[in-house]
Amino acid sequence: MVKEYFFEEADRTNAFITRLDLAMYEETGGPLEGRGIAVKDNISTAGIPTTCASRILAGYVPPYDAHVVTRLREAGAAIVGKTNMDEFGMGTTTENSAYGPTTNPHDASRVPGGSSGGSAAAVGAGMVDMALGSDTGGSIRCPAAFCGIVGLKPTYGRVSRYGLIAFSNSLEQIGPLGKTVTDVNTLMSAIAGPDPRDTTAYDRPYTHTPSGDIAGMKIAVPDEFFGEGVDPAVAESVRTAIGRLEDAGAETLTCSIPSMAYALAAYYVTCMSEASSNLSRFDGVRFGPSVETKRSWHDEFRDHRGALFGKEVQSRIMLGTFALSAGYYGKYYAKAQVARENVRRDFLRIFKDADIIAGPTMPQIAFKLGEKSDPLSMYLADILTVPANLAGVPAISVPCGTVDKMPVGLQLIGRHFEDERVVDAAFAYETGVA
Amino acid sequence: MTDKTVIIGLEIHCQLNTKTKLFCGCSTDFQGDEPNTHVCPICLGLPGAMPRLNKQAVLYALKVAKALNLTVPEVSEFSRKNYFYPDLPKGYQISQYDKPIAEKGIMEVDDDEGHPKNIRITRIHLEEDPGRLVHKTSRDRAGYSLVDYNRSSIPLIEIVTEPDLRSPKEARRFLNKLRSTLEYLEVFDGEREGSIRVDANISIKGHNRVECKNISSYKGVEKALNFEITRQRNLIRKGQKIVQETRHFQEGRGITTSSRSKEDENDYRYFPEPDLRPLRVSGWVDDIVLPELPDARRERFMTQYGISENHARTITGDLKVANFYESVAEADPAIAATWVADILLGELNYRSMRINDVPTMNIADLIALIRDDTITDKSGVEVLRTMLDHCMGEDVETCEMPADIVTRLGLTKAAGDDFTAVIGEVIAANPDAVADYRAGKNGAINFLVGQVMKATRGRADPKELNIAMAAALKEAEE
Repeated sequence: MVKEYFFEEADRTNAFITRLDLAMYEETGGPLEGRGIAVKDNISTAGIPTTCASRILAGYVPPYDAHVVTRLREAGAAIVGKTNMDEFGMGTTTENSAYGPTTNPHDASRVPGGSSGGSAAAVGAGMVDMALGSDTGGSIRCPAAFCGIVGLKPTYGRVSRYGLIAFSNSLEQIGPLGKTVTDVNTLMSAIAGPDPRDTTAYDRPYTHTPSGDIAGMKIAVPDEFFGEGVDPAVAESVRTAIGRLEDAGAETLTCSIPSMAYALAAYYVTCMSEASSNLSRFDGVRFGPSVETKRSWHDEFRDHRGALFGKEVQSRIMLGTFALSAGYYGKYYAKAQVARENVRRDFLRIFKDADIIAGPTMPQIAFKLGEKSDPLSMYLADILTVPANLAGVPAISVPCGTVDKMPVGLQLIGRHFEDERVVDAAFAYETGVA
Repeated sequence: MTDKTVIIGLEIHCQLNTKTKLFCGCSTDFQGDEPNTHVCPICLGLPGAMPRLNKQAVLYALKVAKALNLTVPEVSEFSRKNYFYPDLPKGYQISQYDKPIAEKGIMEVDDDEGHPKNIRITRIHLEEDPGRLVHKTSRDRAGYSLVDYNRSSIPLIEIVTEPDLRSPKEARRFLNKLRSTLEYLEVFDGEREGSIRVDANISIKGHNRVECKNISSYKGVEKALNFEITRQRNLIRKGQKIVQETRHFQEGRGITTSSRSKEDENDYRYFPEPDLRPLRVSGWVDDIVLPELPDARRERFMTQYGISENHARTITGDLKVANFYESVAEADPAIAATWVADILLGELNYRSMRINDVPTMNIADLIALIRDDTITDKSGVEVLRTMLDHCMGEDVETCEMPADIVTRLGLTKAAGDDFTAVIGEVIAANPDAVADYRAGKNGAINFLVGQVMKATRGRADPKELNIAMAAALKEAEE
């Protein structure tokens, strides 16, 4: 039976692009029955506008549900709205949105992180318990850390991407954000599993009950995660958290990820290249606002895209186009793939001796709105999150104290398809603190 | 005439006749349906939709690869070919680039002197078709264009040859054989609109190469190449340089024109398609069982039915014709070969009919009438024409049987003496010819026999009539 879900929370952080005051859910007997869930606005929802926070998709209402949305509906969830984000996922602050920035629920003068900032703020502000985000280079973990909540980027291929509007296909995953590890675990159970429509997805369903027993778990702590650019207060807070895990029975060891020197470059070349191709379909022919008809389609495409894509999106398309161009492919795209393979190898090497890699999620606490005005300093903030995307491994951010009254996130990274172990480590920390 | 200085290579795009599209479950059978009725989020390129590879299309491509002796590498890969065009929904085409599904094969064709030669196949790759633009103009509106995505994501294979072809005729023979091979493999329907498209690279030895795009018929390839050879030779004769360029073939005018538009200056920015995993299908090749191919069938027809190589070549050149022949050959393989290859195909072509538009039963009946000497060859042609004229555009079921036509038109063969009266009339009406004959001009009898044939509408055997006429002339003299 279809039931009504009233969603009347005030949105003081501008977390939502589309809100449904009256959402519907089905009495399916599923694990999410009657629970309100927010969905990032780059995940297709049949009948609900899906804009990627871009003017180029204004008015676009998908005719179909993303696989994860189908799964949510089957689990009995009420989808209460679509959350704000950096346009097409391109950003670390949720300031690059056609619908204005989302603010941090802990401090309205600060950003919530990004690009899934709306989802994290909606959870952080208590509007919903759970939300879906997507993580291309940290877009779930960063806002989870900045907003003081839990966020999981699953193993690449664990969750179907069908219906996720692609920014960088080879890097991104849809994942859960929640107030607690248990909520994240519940949402992950609902969305993971096979989908023949995403042929990069594996048949690896997620049925797990978190366990805080981490006795004997080996945790590697990379030097690079506490290097230059990491705020000492944040580092201190994270080291204390890792100490708590030792108290709970885990063993720690130090390790090194030398490939991290090239990780950011590899990440940005890869995601911009893929984005330059993915975003080609936004040409005004089939969806989105129409522009004035021009004599030649070249002019029409150029004017449409020039007028409706935001600045950051345009510069990433241009850089990606450049990186794939004849004469530059070998220098940029091909090299980035080599660097990426090196990151993967470093992880595999470390995971021979360790079960988990631990460190800060973000090198700093949430930035002030407008603080990261030049793109390069913004890109540098992703240094600790992009390695997990390059390697395709699961990673979670769990709150571990505060610096200047702002939350700090502990990042725990695991082996491919060991999302469960990552969740257990986070659960052990969460319950140990509580 | 083979000219060793002409260098031609072809890139042939063929539609595979799978039931569903290359990357989604939409039906490919849209001929005659409204625009945009065979579409879904995937082939419309809607945001968030992902491709899912059609296994049948892969198997079809492998079948072609095996038939043309190509090697299937252990790993192949899909790549994105990026360019903007209004009919291209995603802004890129999913194709293959540096890791195609098959490489390095060979197909044998006859050169212009009739000697067999090997044409090397560089590669075969799988790719999706874009949509189709429909240009509209009307009196009260400026021209505009509409897009039909029914064709979007139809599976294509592109077959690329080495520059081994030496004449337009050779190129056409290559294409004809390729088409019949694809049809024998049952992966291709040559009768479907736009089922084959050819780009031809052509140069005169020592000069720049020109690419001719947009050729969509077999005849067109020969025409375009002939035009280009003449054009390029004339430029060389005048001492001018051949510009390395892309030219478009204007089918209607039979010429190629330079296309300096921006669309042809693309840097396609190929990179691996991240939404599809690499293909590992080399192990599938061994399990593919090839059917009898045109060359083998031609050999078999010659030995099994004892028919001439020319007849066998014509008949086996088209799968449907070959199948048709086999189902009518039983009555008399030799007569059947003559009638199918020399008469029926021409009559069908004249009426723009296809071999399947005429029931085998009817042709078998006709062949039996000829074999049993019930009618003359000449009457046979009349029966065939009557029958085809009648069943053109009609349901094949309603096609009248030759035996009935013979009865209806009274075409049963008559012996020469059945026409004694007509012979008498012809002799009486043509005293000059009779005089010529008697003066020793033997040829005059042919004219007289012809007159009788005309009057009796070919119902008599000319040989028998000749004898009867000679006898009658002799009798009249006495």
